[in-house]
Amino acid sequence: MIGQVFRRELLLAWRRPGDTLLPLTFFIIVGSLFPLGVGAEPALLRSIGPGAVWIAAVLATLLGLPRLFAADQHGGALEQLLLSPAPLALLVAVKVLAQWLTSGLPLALAAPVLALGFGLDFRDLGVLLAGLLLGTPLLNLLGAISAALTLGLRGGGALLGLLVLPLYVPVLIFGSGAVQAAALGFGAGANLSLLAAMLVLAVVFAPWATAAALRISLD
Amino acid sequence: MSEFLAMGGYGAYVWPSYALAALVLGLNAWLPWRRHRRLLRERQTRPET
Amino acid sequence: MFGPTLDRLAAPKFFYPFAGRLLPWLGTLAAVLLLLGAGWGLAVAPADYQQGDSYRIMFIHVPAAWLSMLTYMVMAGGAFVFLVWRIKLADMLAKTCAPLGAAFTALTLVTGSLWGKPMWGTWWAWDARLTSELVLLFLYLGLIALRGAIDEPQRAGRATALLALVGVVNIPIIHFSVEWWNTLHQPASLTRMAGPAIHPAMLTPLLLMIAGFTVYFVAVLLQRMRCEILEREQQARWLTELDAP
Repeated sequence: MIGQVFRRELLLAWRRPGDTLLPLTFFIIVGSLFPLGVGAEPALLRSIGPGAVWIAAVLATLLGLPRLFAADQHGGALEQLLLSPAPLALLVAVKVLAQWLTSGLPLALAAPVLALGFGLDFRDLGVLLAGLLLGTPLLNLLGAISAALTLGLRGGGALLGLLVLPLYVPVLIFGSGAVQAAALGFGAGANLSLLAAMLVLAVVFAPWATAAALRISLD
Repeated sequence: MSEFLAMGGYGAYVWPSYALAALVLGLNAWLPWRRHRRLLRERQTRPET
Repeated sequence: MFGPTLDRLAAPKFFYPFAGRLLPWLGTLAAVLLLLGAGWGLAVAPADYQQGDSYRIMFIHVPAAWLSMLTYMVMAGGAFVFLVWRIKLADMLAKTCAPLGAAFTALTLVTGSLWGKPMWGTWWAWDARLTSELVLLFLYLGLIALRGAIDEPQRAGRATALLALVGVVNIPIIHFSVEWWNTLHQPASLTRMAGPAIHPAMLTPLLLMIAGFTVYFVAVLLQRMRCEILEREQQARWLTELDAP
């Protein structure tokens, strides 16, 4: 059952390349807004670069969150998930993993390209990539809770965003902080370790909370 | 007295703070009190089911 | 005769009159504490040698901040009780806490800004505690928005309860990350300004205000819950018995 769900998610994403490309395009566009908004002075861009890329990644992730459960809800597949013998938390984890593989991971991989536009050097790009590889699954895991809570509600994406953005604050701080710390010579280890710790906690608890939220939303 | 009001030159910051606190606390106390009385009144005027 | 046990209190039937009896006492006590504390803080306590008279905002700002946190804890407690034991009164408690908590948080932010302006020259500096309070405000607003977006009361209560618990787990993490962020960037700090040790003459009015705010919080909470009970339990027989004089 679990393998089935996973394969189905990947197949759906393959059939709808927009699910991957749209957040990616949005990511690049939002990232590009920063120089347009603050001016293209190189020193300024280098200093806001890490934060800007991370913010763009957060917003692009937000864009894709409603999709996590929306398609299933229309087809009645969501109710099937709830009735299946497999633990709901595990099924949720698998869905989130699939979403990360098809939209979060591409974001992380595209980030260095965007970051070049801010004039970050190669070492910083490495830290940025590492941070996003740890952070994007975190964003997807936390976002799933909010997506489950707001299933089918009016206010839609904006409400989802309002609920989840405060939870994203630590991710943003440590992810962006890692690059800034590396640039200052302090090393990114501390920030990245904190991100990793948060990821572990999220992998354990977020699917469970999401499953509870799904039950609340669908009962 | 005017010394008290001036608050060492910081009067423009101190008094609005206290005024805002009084407003927030006052409103949050008065509104439920008013709502309670309205609910009780509605119970009286509502026809018994 | 120690009064109703917690079990009996969980029933609106007993809670309503019990709260009603407590309210006048709590209200009076809160008023006394607040007036005494404010008067003492404004007129009796000496001026700070560094900040002059502007520090007196602390007597509003610190209790408000304390209450903004306390309210969330109480709300999370109610949320937990509601999710686990399905006690409706706990949901009423949680529902009541959200707007109150948001009000305390907003008061904390505005007074923080007013306190900081003469010191920093700007209306807002990204001080660690103020930034944490700002995120707390967003958490409260999210809870209010979620409850407002759901029409079915059962789902509304349980969804906001879950969100409150997710929030309470994240608050220490958010707070820690904001402190971390602050040390990296080092803007001005209100907490540093307040000084490592508080002059004893300033401590008494501060404690009076904190106590006053807390008693006030309990009183308003009880009153609002009584309103909730009236709205939700409209048909209940015990209410009709209360009506008949």
